[in-house]
Amino acid sequence: MTDTTAVFEQPREAGFGDYVALLKPRVMSLVVFTALAGLVVAPVSVHPMIAFTSILFIAIGGGASGSLNMWWDADIDQVMRRTQNRPVPSGRVTKDEALAVGLALSGIAVLMLGLAANWVAAGLLAFTIFFYAVVYTMWLKRSTPQNIVIGGAAGAFPPMIGWAVATGGVSLESVLMFALIFMWTPPHFWALALFMKEDYSNAGVPMLTVTHGRKSTRVHILVYTLLLAPLALGIAATSIGGPVYLAASLVLNAAFIRGALRIWKRDEDVAEADAYAVEKSFFKLSLVYLFLHFVALMAQKGLAAYGLGGW
Amino acid sequence: MATEFREEHELHKRRFGRNMGLLAVLIAFVAIVFGLTIVKVSEGGKMEAFDHATRPSLLVPEDGQ
Repeated sequence: MTDTTAVFEQPREAGFGDYVALLKPRVMSLVVFTALAGLVVAPVSVHPMIAFTSILFIAIGGGASGSLNMWWDADIDQVMRRTQNRPVPSGRVTKDEALAVGLALSGIAVLMLGLAANWVAAGLLAFTIFFYAVVYTMWLKRSTPQNIVIGGAAGAFPPMIGWAVATGGVSLESVLMFALIFMWTPPHFWALALFMKEDYSNAGVPMLTVTHGRKSTRVHILVYTLLLAPLALGIAATSIGGPVYLAASLVLNAAFIRGALRIWKRDEDVAEADAYAVEKSFFKLSLVYLFLHFVALMAQKGLAAYGLGGW
Repeated sequence: MATEFREEHELHKRRFGRNMGLLAVLIAFVAIVFGLTIVKVSEGGKMEAFDHATRPSLLVPEDGQ
């Protein structure tokens, strides 16, 4: 029997998990978390069942755009080591299947979010999917080094959608939560690009590190980190802010700016010598930074019930 | 021969897993739509919607009526 199994083994037939992998579960977890934060901090309370369904379909919509991304990017995913094992480049799922899954789930997600919550939230979700799949994946990713700056907008929408689920609209608070993720994305990804260097250049994706050089990337990280701080602190002054959030944000921004300064001061030889230790720790810090900002916002909301909330 | 079965292959196990996964997803979807309906209706959601014919029950009452 061994020789017959070998025939099936090369591109082995997809299991259920391979279709789940099309939805980029790790990106999905970030979408779930930030959408939940947007929903929780909103001043309108939502029935738990409606909240659950809304978050679920926001996540599925995000997953659908991931599947569309894998359909379009199958060729470059094959070149980059980080993405070689994705279902499409490894041959387990065909490109057409990825497209079908992406389109079907996009439609279901938008429709169900509209029915469960409201059509403002559903419209924002539809726009997010369009933005990630078409504007980022098809238009920008391969043509401009500003790809992740503008593409970051797609990842920044979930808290706004969560807020819209609760309130049925858009407001200063939800725009600032959007801005927080939007400005955070570039330094986060550029730090990654600094220590994952060969991958993007082999695939011909115009990352800033390739087009403008690594020195310029370090400057960009610092500038964006400095621009991010006032936005993050600005949220403290709105209706969803408060002393807990302000304290957390001050500490996190101080640490983030310190990390960006250290990256800015280094040159390639120093970075090469310690195997990009500073860049890697900045990347990890960026994840903590975003996570704790939203935790602080939710904590602020939770404390309000005990009279310890906002201003 | 009709009674002859092909030997079980790893492939069949994988397909079975896929079918079970799809079954679970479909059951979960039905449960969600059902749960959502219960919540919407008990929160006072409209029981009927516009269906290309006049429905007096959907009209907003005018003043003095």
